[in-house]
Amino acid sequence: MATESALLSVPRIVPRTAGAAVWRRLRRNRGALVGMLVLTVFALSGLVAPWLAPYDPYRADLEGSLAGPRPTHLLGTDELGRDILSRIIYGARLSMVIGGISVSIGVVLGVPIGLFAGYFGGRVDLFSQRAIDVLLGFPSIILAIVLVTMLGVGLVNVMIAVGIVSVPTYARLIRGQVLSLKTQEFVEAARALGAGSVRIVLRHIFPNTLAVLIVQTTLQVASAILSAAALGFLGLGVQQPTAEWGAMLSTARQFIQLAPHTLIFPGLAIMLTVMGFNLLGDGLRDALDPRMRL
Amino acid sequence: MSRYLLKRLLLAVPVLLGVSIVVFTMIRLIPGDPALLMAGQAATEEVVRQIRQSLGLDRPIVVQYAYFIRNIAHGDLGRSLFNGAAVTEELGQRFPRTARLALAAILVALLIGVPAGILSATRHLSWVDTFFMVLALAGVSMPVFWLGLNLILIFAVRLQWLPAIGHETWKHLILPAFTLGAASAAIIARMTRSAMLEVLRHDYVRTARAKGVAESSVISRHALRNALIPVVTVVGLQLGTLLSGAVLTESVFAWPGVGRLLVDAVLARDYPVIQGAVLLIATMFVLLNVVVDMAYAVLDPRIRYE
Repeated sequence: MATESALLSVPRIVPRTAGAAVWRRLRRNRGALVGMLVLTVFALSGLVAPWLAPYDPYRADLEGSLAGPRPTHLLGTDELGRDILSRIIYGARLSMVIGGISVSIGVVLGVPIGLFAGYFGGRVDLFSQRAIDVLLGFPSIILAIVLVTMLGVGLVNVMIAVGIVSVPTYARLIRGQVLSLKTQEFVEAARALGAGSVRIVLRHIFPNTLAVLIVQTTLQVASAILSAAALGFLGLGVQQPTAEWGAMLSTARQFIQLAPHTLIFPGLAIMLTVMGFNLLGDGLRDALDPRMRL
Repeated sequence: MSRYLLKRLLLAVPVLLGVSIVVFTMIRLIPGDPALLMAGQAATEEVVRQIRQSLGLDRPIVVQYAYFIRNIAHGDLGRSLFNGAAVTEELGQRFPRTARLALAAILVALLIGVPAGILSATRHLSWVDTFFMVLALAGVSMPVFWLGLNLILIFAVRLQWLPAIGHETWKHLILPAFTLGAASAAIIARMTRSAMLEVLRHDYVRTARAKGVAESSVISRHALRNALIPVVTVVGLQLGTLLSGAVLTESVFAWPGVGRLLVDAVLARDYPVIQGAVLLIATMFVLLNVVVDMAYAVLDPRIRYE
């Protein structure tokens, strides 16, 4: 089948050049570069946390508690005398895990719903759209709180709750993409060649939603980290003594007068990381398709 | 027009039913006897039996749901396990405070966001533009509660200009309103900027300038009015952010609103209060979205339900 192999060879070349073009545009975007730099530092320090952190993040030293920044403890110590820099570095590792897993939950559940609801329409679509309307009827933190009430607090449940909260966003976004893609000629062509529905959705439609999906996922990691930190702060998320940025802030508020440094640095870590994902997401949006609107 | 409004209102009904089903299911998915959960561990056998009867727990699940809706219709959301107060009354007392906070926050967001966006657009790519856009990026990336704590640190602890907690006077409102409004201000600033940049390219703006209209008048009368429609859309989309942020802001400032009530209730496993607060917040959110949609239809006659 000469024609088929010719058709198959096309997509193998196209993504590579498209990727190079995207990379070229991304490199010219100063904001995206700053974002990538911040995220690289964040990811690397999370990866090599045990070697990078100057102290054990859980080792208490009550005599040296609530000490301000000094050469031995660059960002000071917390109420139990634990080194704040080390806790922030370990917190980066935890935030990577939380961001990664909760967003994966959102993608794995939301994208197939959007793909199949959009492609098949009818009852599947009607039902899933009404369910999504209901989930979107709750402000995001409220929905997360409802889920945590049912599941209980703790790291795993926070990831599940934050992940589920993003499902309707993904489902709706991908559905919208599919609705416009499925009327296009390449889908018609695939159908004419005898491709089945599942193959059309997975091999022809899904790859075309990737640009939007990548941008949304980058921005979604930012909001997942913010939501998880918020739950940690409220005492409904990751619990003490775990070195999680939100939980650190939850304790720090009690020492706001005595030791403001315990408050400032974990918050800065959250802000910079979230900023990094937002900058990269905006940059990717411009690089992948300047006309794309999310 | 009224046809559209009616349709939009009717569309909210299934969503509200869905919301009530989620809240109804929530209590039943928690491991344990719902009657015991709603009555509290310390309740007497008699009280538990009463609650079991009022929830209809010995009946089929559909009948239980009917009981649930009937109780809501009667304004009966049960009693707090903590202080025995009727949940409906508690919510009625606290809701106006949350509403006051949210309204003040929207005002802050508009008063900062719109002028910042206009300045950025009219001085496109200047240092003013860069300054505001970096600030806006920080605003959307900052945890709400962290901003609140920093404001307390600066204005209450260090400068001692404003009170950190309490809700009695307008002075108590300033820090929470600014905390809650900041993220929305950032998004409104970005939107106003891009909408203004778009509008300023149009021919009618060039015409206005060519015929000698003063620049301030070009901006305010010709450009801004047309740029504001997408801005109104963004303000509407901010409702969810605002209600989520209210939960956090109220916790930071010990603001006795519905959000703080909810968080305290979750921590204390006060299920009747959790149920009532979630129901109230979600219902308000759905209804506010309807109002926002209706406002668009009034503002922009091109928008119609298809």
